[in-house]
Amino acid sequence: MLIKNNKTRAALIALLALGSAAAWPRVAAAETVLRIGMTAADIPRTLGQPDQGFEGNRFTGLTMYDALTGWDLSSADKPSTVIPGLATEWKVDDADKTKWVFKLRPGVTFHDGTPFNADAVVWNVEKVLKQDAPQFDASQVGVTASRMPTLASAKKIDDMTVELTTKEPDSFLPINLTNLFMASPAKWQHFYDKAEGADAKAKSQAAWTAFAKDAAGTGPWKMASFTPRERLELVKNANYWDKARVPKVDKMVLLPMPEANARTAALLSGQVDWVEAPAPDALPELKQRGFKLYANEQPHVWPWQFSRIEGSPWNDIRVRKAANLCVDREGLKDGLLAGLMVPATGTFEPGHPWRGKPTFEIKYDKAAAQKLMQEAGFGPSKKLTVKIQTSASGSGQMQPLPMNEYLQQALAECYFDVKLDVIEWNTLFTNWRRGAKDPSANGSNATNVTYAAMDPFFALVRFLQSGMAPPVSNNWGFINEPKFDELVKKARQTFDPAARDAALAELHAASVDDAAFLYVAHDVGPRAMSPKVTGVVQPKSWFIDFSLVSMK
Amino acid sequence: MLAYTARRIVYVIPIVISVALVCFLLVHITPGDPLVAVLPADASQELAAQLRAAYGFDRPLPVQFGLWLMRALHGDLGNSIATGRPVLAEVMRAVGNTVTLAIAAAIIGFTMGILLGLIAGYFRETWIDKVATSFAIAGVSVPHYWLGMLLVIIFSVQLNWLPAVGAGPNGSNSWAWDWAHLQYLVLPAITTSVIPMGIVTRTVRALTGDILSQDFVEALRAKGLHERGVFRHVIKNAAPTALAVMGLQLGYMLGGSILIETVFSWPGSGFLLNSAIFQRDLPLLQGTILILALFFVVLNLLVDIAQAAIDPRIKRG
Repeated sequence: MLIKNNKTRAALIALLALGSAAAWPRVAAAETVLRIGMTAADIPRTLGQPDQGFEGNRFTGLTMYDALTGWDLSSADKPSTVIPGLATEWKVDDADKTKWVFKLRPGVTFHDGTPFNADAVVWNVEKVLKQDAPQFDASQVGVTASRMPTLASAKKIDDMTVELTTKEPDSFLPINLTNLFMASPAKWQHFYDKAEGADAKAKSQAAWTAFAKDAAGTGPWKMASFTPRERLELVKNANYWDKARVPKVDKMVLLPMPEANARTAALLSGQVDWVEAPAPDALPELKQRGFKLYANEQPHVWPWQFSRIEGSPWNDIRVRKAANLCVDREGLKDGLLAGLMVPATGTFEPGHPWRGKPTFEIKYDKAAAQKLMQEAGFGPSKKLTVKIQTSASGSGQMQPLPMNEYLQQALAECYFDVKLDVIEWNTLFTNWRRGAKDPSANGSNATNVTYAAMDPFFALVRFLQSGMAPPVSNNWGFINEPKFDELVKKARQTFDPAARDAALAELHAASVDDAAFLYVAHDVGPRAMSPKVTGVVQPKSWFIDFSLVSMK
Repeated sequence: MLAYTARRIVYVIPIVISVALVCFLLVHITPGDPLVAVLPADASQELAAQLRAAYGFDRPLPVQFGLWLMRALHGDLGNSIATGRPVLAEVMRAVGNTVTLAIAAAIIGFTMGILLGLIAGYFRETWIDKVATSFAIAGVSVPHYWLGMLLVIIFSVQLNWLPAVGAGPNGSNSWAWDWAHLQYLVLPAITTSVIPMGIVTRTVRALTGDILSQDFVEALRAKGLHERGVFRHVIKNAAPTALAVMGLQLGYMLGGSILIETVFSWPGSGFLLNSAIFQRDLPLLQGTILILALFFVVLNLLVDIAQAAIDPRIKRG
């Protein structure tokens, strides 16, 4: 259409210009939202110490909070290691190895605007360790104290320096501290002052309940809105202290979706942009429709943990080694698990600082396995009966029943007769602490509980040190190997990080050489996302940095 | 009527106490540690003992039950172990969502069931009856979680008409009866409605057929009463039994469906129960079961009273 009237044309141009100008800021400021379907059935706890294991830490820990030390999540290729967080440096006292001095990062503020300082560190240590502290919260103790088993107390030296004391010399402390998230004492106090309750304990509980709904940490994401069991909305913290990690997305919405097919449907229908652990049988369709799949080796092990009590068939190292050589892990990976696992050749794989140089090579070699079993006195006409306690489901258990049935068939070819004792997941988990001698083991001589391997205590010490036998910790099979005990002591008391890593590598290599476990698989933390999601780096970790993610 | 109602209410009291005792004992006699949600397997013995004392699990079972019952009578069901939030608030919020779903499903299921049942009963042994009855059989036979997934695949994934999961749009903190929220209700409500629809259809069909074959109906027709009038009598005679069946079905729906609510991530009591079971969250589990059982008991009581109001013979019996 040709507009001949100049006045009309001028008016239209002016109108269009005005319209564009008015619309421009709105377009420029369009909010970017990342919607994530979690596997959790509820929003992990938001008050600073999440529940639901490392998925909790991933979504409501590392997003809203920081710890004194953190994980380097910037690379998909190298193992994730500990880096400075709210502490810039730390050092153990030369004279007393139970005392550590942590220098705090200056200029950091909580989401409520109050400063992060030594008082805040002491307050957060005492929320889980000092029973007579007003902020002490029993519900946060279990998920925190066990992850830093030797931390005893904290003391302010000056505003930016804090002294931490451990019960015994423990070089693992900086790694353990990645689990202690710093919540705002001022915000909590505000709720405490307003709380109603019969006594200080009731007021404290009410304050934590209120804090969970309106939390304040120092992390890259701030709580915007929280609807229990439905959604948690986080917005970016534009003033985050690490400018490189200020989120690129304006808002992140976390949705609990425990059912894998529901998560996958939500992604396929565009209701979410990202799902954790999509339904395995939907992977081809997701790929075909252009969705992106991410997976990487996680510090996680799917094992059989052997009983080493008197009379256990696993006391013979030839039998332990035979089991490790008789499993075609590649077949398990490519067949049953559709590629979603990494074959395990130990707790840590080559390239990890704690791997070491084991001489026993865990691989598939059926002939060698059969030979070892024959040397141990077994054969086609004399099979060795072993009984494994496992579950039908469970956190980190991957696909326990089909995987165990696969092992049952594989080991049958090496003269094993595998019996499975399948029980409910929480019961299996509870029995894990009771040990192979307990009636709850039901005569099993191996247990199948997966474990996280981010921290030396969790990955090695609690299984290999004789003092960690039940009821103390998770040495379910009562391993009693003086060499392991020596190496644990050496690692714990070596404070130079490189030397400590070398000692841990020595311990790990010794455990592989002893075939301490049947090492089967590492999970890969599969996730699927819309092609609109960019900038994702999936590290070799249970965690992921959401700050790096952009939305097209 | 008042005396009958009072008598029914008195009968309910021992039932409620028994329900409380059973649900308390059930969750306590199952194997596994009640603190598994907050007590990692590698926790020290001191820590385990400290937490057991903090949560009161170190006390004898009768003492725990007594304390729990006393608190429950005062409206305090304790706090969830996993979340730390008050159980009563958690349960009531979830029950609210389940009630929303149950009402929607009841409207769909009962309306369809009554209509199909009346049609099938009126046209007994005809092809119309066979079609209506086929719907009813399909309703009670098809696994509803499977139907739910099928509906999601068709209407969410393929057609993109309705959301696949959830109970409201982002930014919403509570339920509202607007399209933004209602669209989340459509698929779970249809899925939930199929079983009651099937059961109500079969019940109403049987009742209609039975009443239509009775002598008094013949007499009414002989007197020249038109079919609408006859039908009014049929409905009045069928109502007490149909109402009882619908009341029971509503009770089941108010209990929430773990499978349906999990498939749709619908944050109702079934979803809550699922979460409480998997996390072994005893206070939450006990509280949820108790509230749901109370709902069921109260609903049965209301149905009994309603039946007695409609049919005086019940009162006399």
